[in-house]
Amino acid sequence: MDYASSFALIAPELLLTGAGLILLLVAAFGGDMMARPIAILSTAALFGAGIMLVPGLHSGVMGLDTYAFGNLMRTDAFALFAKAMIYLAAIGCLMIAPAYFATASNGNESGMRAEYSILVLFAVLGMSIMVSATDFMTLYLGLELNSLAAYVLASVLRNDSKSAEAGLKYFVLGALASGILLYGMSLLYGFTGSTDFGAVRAGLTGELAIGALFGLVFVLAGLAFKIAAVPFHMWTPDVYEGAPTPVTAFFATAPKVAAVALTARVTLEVFGEQSDAWQQIVMFVALASIIFGALGAIGQENLKRLLAYSSINNVGFILLGLAVANEAGASAMLIYLFVYVAMSLGSFVALLMLRGEDGTLFETFDDIKGLSTTQPLIAWALLLLMFSLAGIPPLLGFYGKFVIFQATVEAGLIAFGAIAIAASVIGAFYYIKFVKVMFFDEPVDLVKGKSGAAHWVLLILTAAIISPLGYLLTPSINDLAGKAAEALFLIS
Amino acid sequence: MDGFPILSIMLLVPLLAGIGCFFVGTNASRWLALAGTLATFALGVILWANYEIGGSQWQFTERAELFAGFSYALGIDGIALMLIMLSVFLMPICILASWSAIQKRVGEYMAAFLFMEVLMIGVFAAQDLFLFYIFFEAGLIPMYLIIGVWGGDNRIYASYKFFLYTLLGSVLMLIAMFWMVAQAGTADIPTLMQYDFPVGPQFWLFLAFFASFAVKMPMWPVHTWLPDAHVQAPTAGSVILAGVLLKLGGYGFIRFSLPMFPDASAQLAWLVFALSMVAVVYTSLVALVQHDMKKLIAYSSVAHMALVTAGLFAFNVQGLEGAMMIMLGHGLVSGALFLCVGVIYDRLHTREIDRYGGLSINMPYYALFFMLFTMASVGLPGTSNFIGEFLALAGIYQASTWVALICTTGIILGAAYMLYLYRRVAFGDQKNADAAAMLDLDKREWAMLAPIAAVVLWMGVYPESFLAPMRADIATLDARLASAAPDGDSQLQAGAPRDTIANAMARPEHEEGEGAH
Repeated sequence: MDYASSFALIAPELLLTGAGLILLLVAAFGGDMMARPIAILSTAALFGAGIMLVPGLHSGVMGLDTYAFGNLMRTDAFALFAKAMIYLAAIGCLMIAPAYFATASNGNESGMRAEYSILVLFAVLGMSIMVSATDFMTLYLGLELNSLAAYVLASVLRNDSKSAEAGLKYFVLGALASGILLYGMSLLYGFTGSTDFGAVRAGLTGELAIGALFGLVFVLAGLAFKIAAVPFHMWTPDVYEGAPTPVTAFFATAPKVAAVALTARVTLEVFGEQSDAWQQIVMFVALASIIFGALGAIGQENLKRLLAYSSINNVGFILLGLAVANEAGASAMLIYLFVYVAMSLGSFVALLMLRGEDGTLFETFDDIKGLSTTQPLIAWALLLLMFSLAGIPPLLGFYGKFVIFQATVEAGLIAFGAIAIAASVIGAFYYIKFVKVMFFDEPVDLVKGKSGAAHWVLLILTAAIISPLGYLLTPSINDLAGKAAEALFLIS
Repeated sequence: MDGFPILSIMLLVPLLAGIGCFFVGTNASRWLALAGTLATFALGVILWANYEIGGSQWQFTERAELFAGFSYALGIDGIALMLIMLSVFLMPICILASWSAIQKRVGEYMAAFLFMEVLMIGVFAAQDLFLFYIFFEAGLIPMYLIIGVWGGDNRIYASYKFFLYTLLGSVLMLIAMFWMVAQAGTADIPTLMQYDFPVGPQFWLFLAFFASFAVKMPMWPVHTWLPDAHVQAPTAGSVILAGVLLKLGGYGFIRFSLPMFPDASAQLAWLVFALSMVAVVYTSLVALVQHDMKKLIAYSSVAHMALVTAGLFAFNVQGLEGAMMIMLGHGLVSGALFLCVGVIYDRLHTREIDRYGGLSINMPYYALFFMLFTMASVGLPGTSNFIGEFLALAGIYQASTWVALICTTGIILGAAYMLYLYRRVAFGDQKNADAAAMLDLDKREWAMLAPIAAVVLWMGVYPESFLAPMRADIATLDARLASAAPDGDSQLQAGAPRDTIANAMARPEHEEGEGAH
């Protein structure tokens, strides 16, 4: 395979790299004055990269044509689907950022920093590489590029102690997870003599050697940290609470997609023939995430913390699809990811719109009491989002759970599915608490601030997607997710 | 009516009216809601008029494939028709009941009720398993809001309890549905009703569905959400809860549990009987000691519903017909009783029984209606509930004489608590001056209570109108159950038929002779 075709395959990544480097120069010379144009150009670059994905997504590319650089990367339909969601989520997070930083009151510096958008770009680039990786080296490259950008993003409000704390915690624990992952990779390399997914898979025939099993467990543990699944979730509430809200929205969406896609690729492709070995682990992690995510959320008063636990809970459902370990499960997992991205993006946008007259952001339940009488539109959108997160029909969140549980039951994991769905009722408790506070309590009328057009557009768009209207999208999402899952299973 | 999508239109009219209610003003939304529900009721009447008794089992069918596993399939049989009629009949009355009682956020309130109506019609008309589930479960959202926003003092506890109880009950049903669809290869309810699932899995499927319907019904011991929800909900919310939502449980048994899992139903009939017997006696005794009128009626609902479940699991035609008739009758009567409570609650703002007394003096018309509905609740011949209770008990007797004996005590206790309630409220001295000063029914309240009273009497005097559409469907169901039906212990022996018809006038022998004198 010549370089030209390899470069053609990674054109979106090249565009992002080029845009990131050029904008970095602009930022270096233009300073924070240029923050807004940079944000706009970054969004445009992401959008352009997204457009490039369309033909491949549409035709469901897979197989040898998608191998780049001698099978270091593979831009098949699965990678493209994940990338499309990552780009869309990142565009959303860039759109909501300027208004937040313009009035950020939890740091004593105001205004958006020019680096913000560029860091997002580089993080997205890292995720792009992650989801197309078919070699442990590429995987690590992408993961670290993403993580390093993310550590900085978490502490982008330099004078805010909470933000700095979030960044530090994220960094220390993230580095630890990377170490665990590397150790697992080195064990696998030791036992199979290769870092290529296909070669490792070929080297791991039959019963796993104890060392290779350790390798598998360490790799899974490292990845579980990145997707914030129980028992590697402890960093999530602190980081989500401390980081600036647009960054939290970013963390809850794009990196989640990338890490889940990566986990799916590693488990299904590298360990595809040893699914017995990891299926139980993933099942345990999924159930534990659903239960502890829900239980942890119940006591929370801070909305960002609550949404952090909610994301842990949702990761459990996503992993449920992975635990099924077949094509239907993978397709269901991708559909759930799509719904999840829309729901969490919408919830965080709604959170960003809860501001007082002076622009201070509200973050606790006490502040949104009786919101339905003072800000009916935000309240109704949040109501839809919360019922959707709880999985109540006819909202789209139900459809996500529907496909996941359908795949689980059809694969014969009935008891597992029954326990998981019963545990999802625990989650409903805190989602309806949102509704209770907004609709049943006496209004406090704190939320008076005006929100920008970008917020309204995103809120209404996400609310429309998760409303029953969103079912109109499901045929095409099903189609795309089906092709992506097929591409993922082409080798195995 | 060939090809005219009347069921879809019945879903669409309240849906559009509901969306409209968000945008128009307070008073306009009341009128819009009333117009919407009346239009739906008119469509319901057309539906009934065009329903062909003895025609094909499923009529007015509509079908459109949607996407991944869902299809938009509607269609009704006689059982669904009757329950749809009950829903669309009660709806305009609910709107009237909230006319002046609801003063805050009227538009949203009316919208919630209209969405409720869409979902209730949808539940009864759905012919796709998953479509049914969507309608079944989606009802949680508007009902949660109705209880929580417009309810009484302890509304938050009640709304949480209602939501979580019902959700936990129904999620397991979803898992069972996935298994069934994977096994049978279709989500079409009429096909599944004929599909023979293996006996072993039937047991688990039955339990999963049972969890959902028993909570909805509600059966003892998972009934505790009901008194809370009823007491805290606004009057119209209670009417809908008692009138229609509780019927979802019974409808679920008759549509899913019995025809789809006949063997498991027969195996577990003892469980249903046991729970029903406990419920009949226990909740009736609890009802006797209530001081809150709504709570009393709520507990009486649990007792009546227990009679429904016992009738359903008697596995014979009388039992099934009786259960359906109790559901229809109870839907009307308990709804009407809640309205009666609402009428005096609007005036005095208390549901405490002791605060009233002697209302027959200052509110004679009210006392008249209240008495009619009390008697109907007791099961007086000539009223709707008598038909159902008699048929159900006759059916239960064939299945088990002991169950019939215990369930009949429920009727006696029912008479006790209802008559005791009526005596304390309507008769006796006028203890409180403010209660004695209350005005009698106004025109709006007449418009609410008179139609229900008329239908209650109609159902009691000429039940054939209501039984006829359901007869063929119940016969089909009975035939489906026949192979699994457990042996009864009543050992009925059919005697030799008489020469003359039973009600022939016996002519005295000497009549002619007397004439010859």
